[in-house]
Amino acid sequence: MSDLRASASGPRRRRPAATPAQWLSRVLIAVLLGAFALFFVIPIVWLLLAPTKDGRGLLLDGPFAFGSWEALAENWNSLFAYQGGVFLTWIGNSTFYSFVALAITLVVSIPAGYALAHFQFRGRKPLLFATLIVMLIPNTALVLPIFLELSALKLIGTPLAVILPFSFFPFGVYLTYIYFSTAVSGDLLNAARIDGAGELRVFAQVAMPLATPVIALVGFFSFVGNWNNYFLPFLMVGGQKVPVQVGLANLLSNVPQFNPTTTGSTVIELPTLALATLLSVAPILIIFLFSQRFLVTGMTAGGTKG
Amino acid sequence: MTDTTSLVTAGAARTGLRRPAAGAKRPRFSARQARFGYVFSGGYVLLLLAFGLVPTAYALYLAFTRNGAFVGVDNFVRVFADYRFLPAVINVSLYIVTWLISLTVFVVLLALIVHAIRVRWLSTTARFLFYIPGAIAGASSVMLWLFVLDPTVSPVSGILHALGFESLVNVVALDNLPVVFTVIAFWTGAGGWIVIMYGALNNIDQEIMEAARIDGAGAVRTAWNIQLPMMTKWISYMGIMSLAAGTQLFVEPRVLSQATKGVVPESYSLNQLAYLYAFKQSDFSGSAAISLVLLAVALGLSTIFILRGRLFDSE
Repeated sequence: MSDLRASASGPRRRRPAATPAQWLSRVLIAVLLGAFALFFVIPIVWLLLAPTKDGRGLLLDGPFAFGSWEALAENWNSLFAYQGGVFLTWIGNSTFYSFVALAITLVVSIPAGYALAHFQFRGRKPLLFATLIVMLIPNTALVLPIFLELSALKLIGTPLAVILPFSFFPFGVYLTYIYFSTAVSGDLLNAARIDGAGELRVFAQVAMPLATPVIALVGFFSFVGNWNNYFLPFLMVGGQKVPVQVGLANLLSNVPQFNPTTTGSTVIELPTLALATLLSVAPILIIFLFSQRFLVTGMTAGGTKG
Repeated sequence: MTDTTSLVTAGAARTGLRRPAAGAKRPRFSARQARFGYVFSGGYVLLLLAFGLVPTAYALYLAFTRNGAFVGVDNFVRVFADYRFLPAVINVSLYIVTWLISLTVFVVLLALIVHAIRVRWLSTTARFLFYIPGAIAGASSVMLWLFVLDPTVSPVSGILHALGFESLVNVVALDNLPVVFTVIAFWTGAGGWIVIMYGALNNIDQEIMEAARIDGAGAVRTAWNIQLPMMTKWISYMGIMSLAAGTQLFVEPRVLSQATKGVVPESYSLNQLAYLYAFKQSDFSGSAAISLVLLAVALGLSTIFILRGRLFDSE
């Protein structure tokens, strides 16, 4: 690996002629890197192209050939015509659940993270510890217990059964806490207090404007996580109320290739299913593409600066 | 999605390490501070109670009672004796072993390689390509992999045929499932970890690396003796988070089971079994018992990690 390093670091180090062994290791590394790049990319490229084919084309044409715009339009129409446009309803449900939960998450988590960072109160440490613990357990671990609880409360089947658990986002609180304790100094807040600002004003007019980056980060992770969540809404709601992740899986039962017992008129062709898969992740894919730099910075905060 | 969250957790944790102790600046409690502390954190505390503490307590109650009467560990005994329980434990364990080994080996290897590339655009592009599948999670990624693993439509049908698979049902035969689920999970989750490990590698002092090079250590020896030991903290973090997430296996076998009409059994994983107890058998006590076992594993792992791992030394 230092071979690559040396070869690219230019004039800083003199470069001895590579021995055959070094060449071999370079080639091996390039092959390994290329193979993994293909592994990560091929499925995505295929997913972008599959909806442009008809059923026959998908089986017979080359996997990376572009089909036709007509076939794409046809798949689009048949997907949105499926069961009176239920796909659009699912997308709408996902949007509704994710955005309402996002709003509640922000309203609740940002002040909580601020309080943990800048106020002393009884129960602060246990609250911080509980937040860490819950944040580190997989979010699926609490889904069945929450289902049992909400079914005792007769809330199953209502949008609240999805939105409220979605709004509980300890990781967001932790991230905000870290941000406020590192990036916003207590002295700054005290100066505002001495100038006569009340706590609410200090928070709203001094702390909040400084917190934009962390608000964006918390919002991003809450939205992506909730949009992609399958297990929780799968248990909590059914029928017309399911989000697109759950709806997509339900589509499978009407695909004849996967389920030969399917009868009747509402069959889904494979390219249409591929289009549904693509559309189900399209919002997230777009967000990822546009927030790439911001995200990588967020994920390795501190790490890359070292 | 759990992956995404844990990834950033790592980023946040790293920031946390460098932070001065939060309490040090504020010597006294004041009643006013306390009051605002409660007001500001009140909403979150309510959610924490409603979707953290209360469901856990209620699951405990359900798991130790039957129709309201205390029955001790009967529910656990009944669930453990279920003919589907042991196979589910074995399935999930096999998956976790396959998943953790491949994740550790390949993530570390790829991070080291990407880190060694000094051509900036190449390194950035590689990290981006590895990371982007993270956008496709949940049922969508399983659906996509249904296509990729079906020899009739797969973009890599040549490879599948070469391996002797003629149909999707061949590919998802029971013995292959740990590998199949590993491939899917690796595809969505590994990129984020590679980015984290890359960040950890960047944190290693350049002078140490330089000294090793001057002493004549080759790339492999530098990686083995210097870079790997410096990464252990992050590798163990990745291992523990992935182990906890692995025990929760649900959406992959669930969707595959739907797609193959039961070739993949409905009770392949423990979470699926807990789901069947609640939904097919209306046995909430049994369901609570299984999910409590899983929750206990997750809580145990995260607690040990916080107390022993020193990664979240914030106070």
